Parts: sequence; structure tokens; C-alpha cells
Amino acid sequence: MSTVKLTVNGKAVSVDVEDRTLLVQLLRENLNLTGTHVGCDTSQCGACVVHIDGRAVKSCTVLATQAAGSNVTTIEGIAKGEELHPMQAAFRDNHGLQCGFCTPGMIMSSIDIVNRHGGKVDEATVRQELDGNICRCTGYHNIVKAVLDAASRMKVAQAAE
Amino acid sequence: MYETTYHRPSSVAEAASLFGKGKEAKYLAGGHTLIPVMKQRLASPSDVIDLGKLKELIGVEATGNGVEIKAATTHYDVSTSDAVKKAIPALAYLAAHIGDPHVRHRGTIGGSLANNDPAADYPAAVLALGATVKTNKRTISADEFFKGLFTTALQDGEIITAVSFPVAAKAGYGKFPHPASRFALTGVFVAKTAGGDVRVAATGASQNGVMRVPAIEAALKANWSAGAIDGVKVSADGLLNDIHGSSGYRANLIKVMAQRAVAAAG
Ligand SMILES: Cc1cc2nc3c(=O)[nH]c(=O)nc-3n(C[C@H](O)[C@H](O)[C@H](O)COP(=O)(O)OP(=O)(O)OC[C@H]3O[C@@H](n4cnc5c(N)ncnc54)[C@H](O)[C@@H]3O)c2cc1C
Ligand code: FES
Ligand code: FES
Repeated sequence: MSTVKLTVNGKAVSVDVEDRTLLVQLLRENLNLTGTHVGCDTSQCGACVVHIDGRAVKSCTVLATQAAGSNVTTIEGIAKGEELHPMQAAFRDNHGLQCGFCTPGMIMSSIDIVNRHGGKVDEATVRQELDGNICRCTGYHNIVKAVLDAASRMKVAQAAE
Repeated sequence: MYETTYHRPSSVAEAASLFGKGKEAKYLAGGHTLIPVMKQRLASPSDVIDLGKLKELIGVEATGNGVEIKAATTHYDVSTSDAVKKAIPALAYLAAHIGDPHVRHRGTIGGSLANNDPAADYPAAVLALGATVKTNKRTISADEFFKGLFTTALQDGEIITAVSFPVAAKAGYGKFPHPASRFALTGVFVAKTAGGDVRVAATGASQNGVMRVPAIEAALKANWSAGAIDGVKVSADGLLNDIHGSSGYRANLIKVMAQRAVAAAG
């Protein structure tokens, strides 16, 4: 057993877990943050993507102990109260989800893509970089539209800040 | 996943000493090979020793004649490193085409080389560029390092600390990614060394892991151009033959990827 201390969505937490616990289990089972999903057992689907220290990672392929001392952001941590994050709003407006299972991972990955490219993304980049996220419903078209839409909104939001 | 004990050492020396104390210890870097394998219960280390946060193992440095990449540097950091892009752009390109962004944010060059997956990308660059693998005990030349499928010259408990790449006069990488896994169905790295020698390495193709391709090397040495590869015969003997592609298909992919690599190298 280890005591893992980390920051999740801005709050310091300390959790006792077995050393074999995956970060996604700590989030879902210990912290009840069930927005982060598990869609595969092979590190391929991206439903579990969260940010560790600002970088998108598959939380099913990180030990909870490896994340000790880090800053973790999950899908629950991006809205400002009732106000959706621009990426969440763009997914809703562009019909970027159907069943919603892949959506938390898609949104966390998409925010990372836009941030890494300083808001300047085109369709080819978005498609290429969503390589690690699988959606069984939408056919991706509206997801890509949503990300491009959000990229312009995020730029506007940054400029206004 | 079976139970294990996690350690976070504060130096390479401490990591090596923890390894010696463990019953069946394993190093952990990015975890993007080891954790999936532990989840499948194909590996059950008694202890995992995390190298991923050791400052002495992270970073890229320009050297007199190339770049040195420390072992726990992530694929993402290599792909965006100014030093790598300046010295060997083909290496930055290769790192940018490993897996997907999430994999690149965690996976490391040291982990990839220690694992020596027959379809991994880095082994092709290390072999073609004639890089040197540095460990906590010695330095190993690329020609000595790779020993077949998932096998390397590393001894039990030996830690890769860095990989030193010499600049090449020309270098390029061509990869045909497996559409689902993103590993190389076949990838070819071509390099014309500063001394004028030509080295070509293919990954994803051979039953024995990464390999040199002498026939293409000879053709490129005579005439460095994609066209020079047209007439080369690449033998299908010893190449992988599986549901993803026949050995004949891979033999042809070696030629086509080599041509793309030469075109990219200019
Ligand atoms: C979905 C997915 C797609 C991928 N696609 C690709 C791809 O397209 N191309 C590709 O090349 N790879 C691919 N990979 C593999 C990825 O690049 C791995 O990260 C890499 O192979 C292993 O690096 P790691 O740092 O994650 O190693 P770990 O998983 O931490 O370790 C792997 C092995 O190396 C040992 N080790 C680690 N560091 C050292 C060291 N410094 N010294 C000695 N031993 C060490 C460990 O003990 C372990 O046995 C993919 C992985 C996933 C999950
Ligand atoms: S659950 Fe993590 S990649 Fe599928
Ligand atoms: S919306 Fe159903 S899996 Fe993507």
C-alpha cells in the first residue's frame, strides 16, 4: 500500500491505495470522479484521457503512484461552475456526441490538441491527433467540427482574459 | 494486474541498488509497454522501480557532432526539441509518429530501446544512424545492442542512461503504420553518414527485429536517389508473415518506405 498525494481538479487529495492501482481506478473508485471512462484494456481507446501536469495521458496506463505529486485535471474539472468549457459547449452545439461514452476522453484530448498548437489547428491536424481516441457512434465528423469550432472560441476566450 | 511494490528512487545509483534487492524487479519509465503487459498478467514484477522522474535521465543536449537524448525523455519532448530538429530532423519526425499524442506524452526512448519490440520505431533510427547506447555500466554501439526479438545486449539490472546520435549528412524515415496499433507495419530509416557511408535499417519487417538492408545500402551508396531503389531486389526470406501482411508484402514495403525516406531526406 502507498499513500498517494496529488492535486485533482485544483484540490489536494491524499489516498491510500495498493501499488498496482491505476490512476483511472483512483479517480473513479476512490474519488468518485466517474466522468473518466474505461473503454478498453489495451491502452488504445482514449476514453480514460485526463491531463497530468497539463499533458493529455491515458489514465488507464499510469499507476496511481506514478502520479503522486502531480496536478491532475479530469472532465469534472474544466467547467467554471455552470458555465461549460468552450470545448464542452462546442461538442454540444456541433452534435459531437451520441452515446457520450468516448466524450470525456475526446474533450480532454481535444483541449490538449488546441493548447499544444496555440489555438492554430486545421482539420488534418485534428484528425491526425485524435488518433488515440476511438468513437463508435459519431463517425468523427462532428467531433472534428466541434474541435475546430472550440479552437476559435478558446482563442477568443484567451484574448478576452 | 498482480500485486507489486512501487519505488521512486532519487538517483540512477539508488535505482540499480533497489533492483538488486527486488526478487523480480523491473524498471518502469513511461510505462506504455510495461503497464499494458502487467494488466494482461503477462508480467508480474515483485517491484517496479520508477525511472521516469529522475532528472539525470531527462533532457536533450547538443553535442559536438550530434545530440544526446537522455533515456527517460518522452517521445513528445524529442519530437519538439529544438536541438533534435536542428541536428537530425528525421529523428524528430520519427518521434512525432510514434503511437498517438497520449503515448508520446508518456513513452520514453530508453523504454522503447530496452524493450526492442520488432515493430518499434526508435531501433531503426539508432541502427541506421549508428548511435551509441550509454548505460550505467558502459557504452554499447548500435551494431552490438540489438539481439533479436525483444532482446538486447543489456544485462540484468543494467540501466540505459542516454543515447548519443551523430549527425548525418542526410537522413530520413518512412513509416507505414499499422492502422489500428500505430506501430510500424514496416518502417525504414535511411542515413548517409558524415563520412559518406550509407546505412539503412528496417523495423516491423523481420522475424528477428530491426535489421540492416544491405541491398538498398549498396544501391544508395552508388546513387543516392529514390529511383536507385527501383531495381533492388529485397528478399522475403526471414520476414514476418502474419495476418497483417505477408512476407512478400513486407519485402515490397521495405522498398517503398526506403524510397519515401530518401525523398524526405532530400
Ligand atoms: C497504444 C500504443 C501505441 C504505441 N505505438 C507505438 C509506435 O507506433 N511505435 C513505437 O515504437 N512504439 C509504440 N508504442 C510503445 C511506446 O513507444 C512505449 O512507450 C515504448 O515502447 C516503451 O517505453 P516506456 O518508456 O513506456 O517503457 P516502459 O513500459 O516503462 O518499459 C518498457 C521496458 O523497458 C525497461 N526499461 C525502461 N526504461 C529503461 C531504462 N532506462 N534502462 C533499462 N531498461 C528500461 C522496463 O523495465 C520494461 O521492461 C505504443 C504503445 C501504446 C500503448
Ligand atoms: S481505457 Fe484507457 S485507453 Fe482505453
Ligand atoms: S459518442 Fe458513443 S462512442 Fe463516441
